[in-house]
Amino acid sequence: MDNSMDVGYSADDKELKFVGKRTNRPDGVDKVTGRARFGADARLPGMLYGKILRSPHAHARIISIDTSKAEALSGVKAVVTRDDFEDRDSEFVPAGEMMVNYRDMVRNIMAREKVLYDGHAVAAVAATSVTIAKQALKLIDVQYEVLPHVIDVVEAMAPGAPLLHDDLFTDGVEPKPTKPSNVAKRLEFNMGDIASGFAEADEILEKTFDTKPVHQGYIEPHSCLASFSENGSAELWCSTQGQYLVRAHCSKLVGMEISKLRVTPSEIGGGFGGKTVVFIEPIALALSKKTYRPIKITMTRDEVFRSSGPTSGGNVRVKVGITKDGKIMACEAELKYQAGAFQGSSVQPGCMCAFAPYDVANVNVIGWDVLSNRPKVAAYRAPGAPISEYAVECVIDELAERIGMDPVDFRLKNAAKEGTQTAYGPKFGPVGFVEVLEATKALDHYKIPLGPNQGRGIGSGFWFNIGGETCVNLNVNEDGTLTLITGSPDIGGSRASMCNMAAEELGIDVGLINPIIADTSVLGFNFLSAGSRTTFACGLATIEAARNAIENMRKRVAQLWDIPLDAVVWEDGAARPASSNAGEFEPMTLPEIAKIAPKTGGPIAGHAEINAQGAGPGFGTHMVDVEVDKETGHVKVLRYTVIQDAGKAIHPSFVEGQYQGGAVQCIGWALNEEYVYGEDGRLQNSGFLDYRIPLASDLPMIDTKIVEVPNPNHPYGVRGVGETPIIPGLAAMSNAISNALGLRMSELPMSPPKVLKAIKEASV
Amino acid sequence: MAKQHVTTTVNNDEFEFLCEPKASMLDVLRDELNLTGSKEGCATGDCGACSVVMDGRLVCSCLVLGVEMEGKSIETIEGMADGEKLHPLQQQFLDHAALQCGICTPGVLVAAKALLEKNPDPTETEVRYWLAGNLCRCTGYDKIIRAVMDAAKEMRAA
Repeated sequence: MDNSMDVGYSADDKELKFVGKRTNRPDGVDKVTGRARFGADARLPGMLYGKILRSPHAHARIISIDTSKAEALSGVKAVVTRDDFEDRDSEFVPAGEMMVNYRDMVRNIMAREKVLYDGHAVAAVAATSVTIAKQALKLIDVQYEVLPHVIDVVEAMAPGAPLLHDDLFTDGVEPKPTKPSNVAKRLEFNMGDIASGFAEADEILEKTFDTKPVHQGYIEPHSCLASFSENGSAELWCSTQGQYLVRAHCSKLVGMEISKLRVTPSEIGGGFGGKTVVFIEPIALALSKKTYRPIKITMTRDEVFRSSGPTSGGNVRVKVGITKDGKIMACEAELKYQAGAFQGSSVQPGCMCAFAPYDVANVNVIGWDVLSNRPKVAAYRAPGAPISEYAVECVIDELAERIGMDPVDFRLKNAAKEGTQTAYGPKFGPVGFVEVLEATKALDHYKIPLGPNQGRGIGSGFWFNIGGETCVNLNVNEDGTLTLITGSPDIGGSRASMCNMAAEELGIDVGLINPIIADTSVLGFNFLSAGSRTTFACGLATIEAARNAIENMRKRVAQLWDIPLDAVVWEDGAARPASSNAGEFEPMTLPEIAKIAPKTGGPIAGHAEINAQGAGPGFGTHMVDVEVDKETGHVKVLRYTVIQDAGKAIHPSFVEGQYQGGAVQCIGWALNEEYVYGEDGRLQNSGFLDYRIPLASDLPMIDTKIVEVPNPNHPYGVRGVGETPIIPGLAAMSNAISNALGLRMSELPMSPPKVLKAIKEASV
Repeated sequence: MAKQHVTTTVNNDEFEFLCEPKASMLDVLRDELNLTGSKEGCATGDCGACSVVMDGRLVCSCLVLGVEMEGKSIETIEGMADGEKLHPLQQQFLDHAALQCGICTPGVLVAAKALLEKNPDPTETEVRYWLAGNLCRCTGYDKIIRAVMDAAKEMRAA
């Protein structure tokens, strides 16, 4: 980031015209009329349809693949298998908030030596119709040697567990093991002296929690359209959270130069972290490279569940010690996270976030990254954090209850604030957790009396938020309108937020700015729309591009008026003399400057190429009231309020939307959602009927309270809001159910059978 | 099996096409008629992203065969606005920011319109149960429900 940029004025410093306003969404009309083009909505002349053959086994060695009968079928134009993808060196590169290894990725997109999970891709065909492609899949003869499998994370760690990879040796333990295992990595974070911390505690509580893998559940299945030219270049249209990462991965996996692959992001029908990696895109490119015809691949819902990344399930042990008056003295946790079939779960951020909301001197967190015969996990909103913070927030709540302290007061007493040292490294700058908790206490919701079988739960959460590489172009058009070109896919209204910030800087009406999400050929590298970075990082670049455009316009006017640049100021969308000393000139508006641009030096634009630093951490608290039906175990959500520090809400409606959507994903994760495997290691609920995400009829309105403690590293104070809302709700739901029943549950989902079981066990 | 000849009406336009017997109405709308506003989220009738109205009845077009369109009148999202004038539901969805990614939006709008034609003054609970067949993963439904309630109010006053 350019540090000369003037940052740090807060929303209160001046009257804001567009920042903080509920402006029209530029892409809105196309999305309510059906015109917006999503991943599956594109087609090209001569297009073929790709379909993927997937493993029916959880774990098996591939003895042979015979594609000859499929290739002979009329209408089949190409078949690809492992032989069509070159093996890759083991090399870790960032993808979203996770690291990926191309040796693993090439095996995940197409199985090589073994299939490692039910749904693992084995071969793909391209045919003139979907029907023919499906027929062809049935003609591919794959001979398997079925191997023992392991699904559960604790079982996968046990000695003698079926091994997924015989060359995986646990990293992070000394001495390095000589025997392979399913444990890819051990992590540890330490601060203070954990033993003396517990020695000073009056109350110590230690519990173990279990969560199941849950899917991001975006309504739009993965879809792409690839077209390879005989000249060696290719175009790829796909639904993704990051076209530049798709380009990076595909160019590597298909073996082509980055400049030869042009990736255009479609409108994206939900991602939540799940569209930060590639699955079908390299396959479509490989099929197109064989046929020189456009190839379209769209996953079915069954494929989405079986073959794209859910988030980890976890087993988390938490131990917390407090004094009688409610001061947390020591915190310890051990996290075992499922990575799926390849290493790289979200256990690291899980470890880092676990106790981050609290100002504690003595912390020890150990994390384990564990493989099992499940699809490789992908990010899901604040990856890793909900699992560890759920366990911590349940323990915190129970301890507050033990000493008879109000759960919000308990959190307030221990809340992280500016200057708090985290166990994972940095000291916090200005953060808004105290303000969030104070706002929580002040809510009317907190005072509503509860009836029989009803309970209220509180949970809090923390996420870092991130910045990263970002490019923006802002073109001043001949008629005085502007085209704002960004490289960050819009996953929840970000175009509107970018326009608000650009209009604010330029002092012009927001409607004059037309935003475009660029393909990879237009701008330099942009990191993913992930990690709650888009409004922060793309916003910073947008502001910088706008300021750059303003400076360029001031230069043109200074030249025209023949006065120094600093004698020309920009106010309310026009260049003006800085003072009467600068001379008597009529202000020149942006359209006037644009109109004569050819005579003053040619086209005008603003640019920014930055690596945004200084993201502001996000804290939130959820408060929920539930009613439990003791006969059926059904949990009804009565009231729900999300309280979160946004730093600054650039577009309050979309901030509320992030809070509400995250809360409901928490409700689903807490009450219903889980991957269910049979004894055979096959997924049994790969559809929305059996993998039940929350419905409109399950829910009340979701109230929101936007707290604004500005991030000093963003001109308007933005922190980023997308991740934090999925963290606090798991514990809030669990604590609410616990309070309703007078017993403590320690596993998710709290589905009716599990609630009934807990009631039964407590009554024995 | 040979393709079958189908004549149908979609958004008041008459169409004729040869239909694969196995093709769903959703496949026909999207691939044959290029009406890609109806979305496929599941193809099993669970998500409602493909909702259309067939002879006045709200259906998941993924669960209806293309050949069943014969002689029927179909309404899709593409027929909802009147020229440049948006339907009150469409406008309220924009005003309430009742969409984030927008993939479920066409189906939700078609379903909500069908509700308001049957029941111009629904309670919040009635809206929630009517839309229980339309999955949205982004919004938590709050703003969707509010937009439908406000559109109903606006339409009653008109």
